[in-house]
Amino acid sequence: MKKNVYSYSSCILETLPLRVQQSSFSSTFPGKRLGQAAWSSEGFGSHWVRSVSVDLNNDASLVIDIPDALCERDKVKFTVHTKTTLSSFQKPEFSVPRQHEEFIWLHDTIVETEEYAGLIIPPAPPKPDFEGPREKMHKLGEGESSMTKEEYAKMKQELEAEYLAVFKKTVQVHEVFLQRLSSHPIFRKDRNFQIFLEYDQDLSVRRKNAKEMFGGFFKNMVKSADEVLISGVKEVDEFFEQEKTFLLDYSSKIKDASAKAEKMTRSHKNVADDYNHISGALNSTAADNNTAFKKHLEKYAEVFEKLRKLEDRVASDQELKLTELLRYYTRDIQAAKDLLYRRARALADNENSNKALDKARLKGKDIAQAEENQKQCLQKFDKLSESGKKELTSFKARRVVAFRKNLIEMTELEIKHAKVRRLKCCVYHYMFTRQCSGSHGKPGNMREF
Amino acid sequence: SNDAENTAAHHRNTLQFNTYSHRKQLFSVCVTLSEATEEVSLDSPERQPILSDGPSPVITPVTPVMISSRADVFDRSPDQDEDEEENRDTFDIQISVSDPEKVGDGMNAYMVYKVLTKTSLSIFSRDEVCVKRRFSDFLGLHSKLASKYMHMGYIVPPAPEKSIVGMTKVKVGKEDLSSVEFVEKRRSALERYLLRTVKHPALLKDPDVLQFLESSELPRAVSTQALSGAGILRMVNKAADAVNKMTIKMNESDAWFEEKQQQFENLDVQLRKLHASVESLVCHRKELSVNTASFAKSAAMLGNSEDHTALSRALSQLAEVEEKIDQLHQDQACADFYLISELLGDYVRLITAVKGVFDQRMKTWAKCQDAQVMLQRKREAEAKLQHANKPDKLQQAKDEIREWEGKVQQGERDFEQISKNIRREVGRFEKDRVKDFRVVIIKYLESLVHTQQQMIKYWEAFLPEAKAIA
Repeated sequence: MKKNVYSYSSCILETLPLRVQQSSFSSTFPGKRLGQAAWSSEGFGSHWVRSVSVDLNNDASLVIDIPDALCERDKVKFTVHTKTTLSSFQKPEFSVPRQHEEFIWLHDTIVETEEYAGLIIPPAPPKPDFEGPREKMHKLGEGESSMTKEEYAKMKQELEAEYLAVFKKTVQVHEVFLQRLSSHPIFRKDRNFQIFLEYDQDLSVRRKNAKEMFGGFFKNMVKSADEVLISGVKEVDEFFEQEKTFLLDYSSKIKDASAKAEKMTRSHKNVADDYNHISGALNSTAADNNTAFKKHLEKYAEVFEKLRKLEDRVASDQELKLTELLRYYTRDIQAAKDLLYRRARALADNENSNKALDKARLKGKDIAQAEENQKQCLQKFDKLSESGKKELTSFKARRVVAFRKNLIEMTELEIKHAKVRRLKCCVYHYMFTRQCSGSHGKPGNMREF
Repeated sequence: SNDAENTAAHHRNTLQFNTYSHRKQLFSVCVTLSEATEEVSLDSPERQPILSDGPSPVITPVTPVMISSRADVFDRSPDQDEDEEENRDTFDIQISVSDPEKVGDGMNAYMVYKVLTKTSLSIFSRDEVCVKRRFSDFLGLHSKLASKYMHMGYIVPPAPEKSIVGMTKVKVGKEDLSSVEFVEKRRSALERYLLRTVKHPALLKDPDVLQFLESSELPRAVSTQALSGAGILRMVNKAADAVNKMTIKMNESDAWFEEKQQQFENLDVQLRKLHASVESLVCHRKELSVNTASFAKSAAMLGNSEDHTALSRALSQLAEVEEKIDQLHQDQACADFYLISELLGDYVRLITAVKGVFDQRMKTWAKCQDAQVMLQRKREAEAKLQHANKPDKLQQAKDEIREWEGKVQQGERDFEQISKNIRREVGRFEKDRVKDFRVVIIKYLESLVHTQQQMIKYWEAFLPEAKAIA
């Protein structure tokens, strides 16, 4: 009976280790958490560490994490777990299930809140993207008949690993979003944020209807007009002038670096895939052979399998430390730019209100209204400038710390992997050369290594 | 052009992972052969210098020798063959193909290679001989050897493939990286071809081989212009196929042959698949190199844009590290290709030669069968003539019977001989196969160790830079 690919897809998701458990590290050491957590070592790489942001859970008064997530078909349900000493919450500890759309709702309401115009709004987490594993699963379903049992089991294993990798990434990015909010003195008090954390029913977040989508589109158009605006506006403040120049240039550079890093990581994965195929082909060749060659082939297959595992690990670590870092900060830079846009708009409004006041005075009409308007615009602008300055300064500090941490970790991992790979190759090398050297074996060959 | 040449030289040098070998070797693989023989006649009188284009008479070994060869890599300890006796009567030969030089201009241009032979074997006139040969000379050698030995069941190593596209670029004078790589690929293939050829005990002593390696002047192999090694094999195989289609399926009395033939059929399929996977690896590794270089540039730009001084410096350093790593990837792609991919390519072609040899046996059997059928007919004809009164024709019939009895006997002897030869050749092939693969894997592991060593060095140098970000 031909297996339906889609029925298979649902059952593979169910057999996946869907409840990815995090160790209860966070609950035992809340203060020392420093935004790090290790996945429980159910063989899922306990060396993996949440890394994009640092020091986000320093404050024990409100500690948020996503200890596990459930994947059903296309939907991911994150368990948002909160521990708090704040009296504004009903309970000291609680968990709620949330879907990606609800995170977006929270982000959008914060963006739309006028009071927060002077703050850098933490970028919304990207939608969970299971496209890669889904494609692979499709291939698995199609090629099932033409594969041996071992090949099939191996591919299934890889598929599960890939699902898990995407899983980890998406949990990380959703978690960091919440932690940015909770660690910010103003956002943590946001009413909607509280509802998001606490309300144990479905938030019933409607999908955007056509009008709202159009509104969003219009907003984007206005934004690009904003870009022209901020570059056109005469900036009096030296700080903002510098920030503007910097952010405009940096945002395009980091976007490019992020894309290039992605391509590089993809190539590593391709190489790992090739090692996989080579190993499989060597095993098939060995299976058909009954001479002395067979044992050799099996050993070589083993070598390539080990090479594959190591290459995979290099690829995934590079992705987490480098590519994800660059991706995250591309989004964060955009959020900083948005702040500049809002301030530039406020500046323009301010100037317009000045002009309107002058006009009113000239005409001798509606002066009081114009004065009020001008006062408000100025206030708004000043407030934006003040908080904007603070935000941008702390943003730079945060960025530098995150880059430092990730670059150090990435380098240490690269060194570790290279050492492991070198060692394994040496061991195999020794094994193979010993096979053929009799009493004349030159041990000096290994001295180099 | 200097750039391209430097890259080629760099590629060649990166293959020399014999950091612990102190002997100056000329370019990549030099294999030292040591053989132990029970008995072999080196004094065969038939060794005459031949100046014509045709093949020289074959030297048949006086006794069927049990040859086992040990391959010595980078002057390391000789491999020890399990079946071998303690008596190691060693003689060795080293061959290198180097210094490709373009001769002539335009479409008549061709590449000339230096072939250097170093040996202590007495069948050679000198210890060290250096000659210049062009590609068609190699093809010519192969065609001679194939025509002499294949029908006897010897596995004659196939010559490298012709490549119209590759050669045209070289002829036209494009000195870009791809034509330099092409020349290097060919040079390496020619070297491996010669080494495989002399590794064969019978071929080593063949006068055509000796002439090829020693003679300063070699008559131009005109007849090979249209044929490559593979071309010849194709011809041979086509003939064999035709034979198979015509005759009855051979009554295989020997299960060994049936089994082996099946094994080689399977191996052919497997190796091709394996080769394809390795070619994919080479391709992706090159891609990785390109993408790493691209990221390095991007990181450098990011570093320039970064306004935090320490972070900016670190990003620039990161860019430099990635550039160096790009070079490592290129080196590794080189090793992937020249070590593993080319080995598999060689073996795919070798398997074709092996299959050809089995087909030759079938052809021999068919010939034997035909002779028997003929003999039967002649006997029947003679029986008929017994009762007719034609003494002349009867005598003729008796003569013909004797003739065909002789042919049948010869056919049976030939079949026996080719079967014996094939068994021996396959045994030798299987032993060599194990060694060849092991040698390559060992070298490949060395290349990996080398790469990882460099990587550790680069990243360890970068780590303090990353930590210095304040």
